[in-house]
Amino acid sequence: MDLNTKFTPETWPAHPERATLEAKNKFVGFWLFLGGETILFATLFATYMALKNKGPSGFGFTTQELYTLPLVFVMTMLLLTSSLTSVYAMYHLKSFNFKKMQLWLGITALLGLGFLMLEVYEFSHYVQLGFTFSNSAFSSAFYTLVGTHGFHVAVGLVWITLLIFRNSKRGLNLYNATKYYTFSLYWHFIDVVWVFIFTVVYLMGVIG
Amino acid sequence: MSEVQMIKRSPAEQSLSQRRAKESMRSQVAMFSLMIFLTLVSFSMVFAHLNDVPGFSKFFIIPTLFLFAAVQVGLQLYYFMHMNEKGHGIPQMFMFTGAMLGFLLPLTFVTIVWW
Repeated sequence: MDLNTKFTPETWPAHPERATLEAKNKFVGFWLFLGGETILFATLFATYMALKNKGPSGFGFTTQELYTLPLVFVMTMLLLTSSLTSVYAMYHLKSFNFKKMQLWLGITALLGLGFLMLEVYEFSHYVQLGFTFSNSAFSSAFYTLVGTHGFHVAVGLVWITLLIFRNSKRGLNLYNATKYYTFSLYWHFIDVVWVFIFTVVYLMGVIG
Repeated sequence: MSEVQMIKRSPAEQSLSQRRAKESMRSQVAMFSLMIFLTLVSFSMVFAHLNDVPGFSKFFIIPTLFLFAAVQVGLQLYYFMHMNEKGHGIPQMFMFTGAMLGFLLPLTFVTIVWW
């Protein structure tokens, strides 16, 4: 069977993301990547937790006075909602509704973009206050952890934009179903990391 | 590609699979509501602590925040990322290895490493 074989809702496999050997390999390979990413973020979290509020004497910043919860709350809601919209996209992927899937993925990308804009605003606000990357061990650890997460969001946005436009005329087939599915796994993983960031960095930061 | 067979579902089979998909989507939305709820409670607890509401001490809030975060991550992995479905043994192995190191690394860095 050719990769570009046309399906109908009646012939579309129950698990299109794992229907071919290539797809199965990508599926397992991507989960291995996510396992590795977990460890990458674990090291960054460990560094942040150890270096929190530490730096040269008189560097002048603490988590309690730096972070503002309302902004973090809005960012959390945006990212959490984008996780649900990508679940809707995968629902339409499984029921072979290409247009609706593209629409929900577009909404996911917009929510992700909103999140990223707020993060850029947050970082630029901190820099204006003098909390730059080289200010202290604390600031370096903070920007590396939260910045790596933000970088992952940016990569996800580029990824989904390319997928949406490259496949816009092709429609769904077994070649691109896995690509969409792995993107949604990646996007949920970004949300998993954010859950720990808003808990460990921001909520525990303002408690002190 | 040769292993894929195109099997046409009968109208009855098709409507059954659509109904099942809708049911599973409904449970996904329920899980999402639970995640939003946990997030709201987490933020509210911290807000209560900052405003000196009695009963919201640090020693109560911090473990609860971690518990809620763990539940949320579990819901993401098992429902949104479908780890509760069949054929996810190897992904579970990868993620549990990651989670184990994800617990041990921060623990080591904040306890026995000298800074």
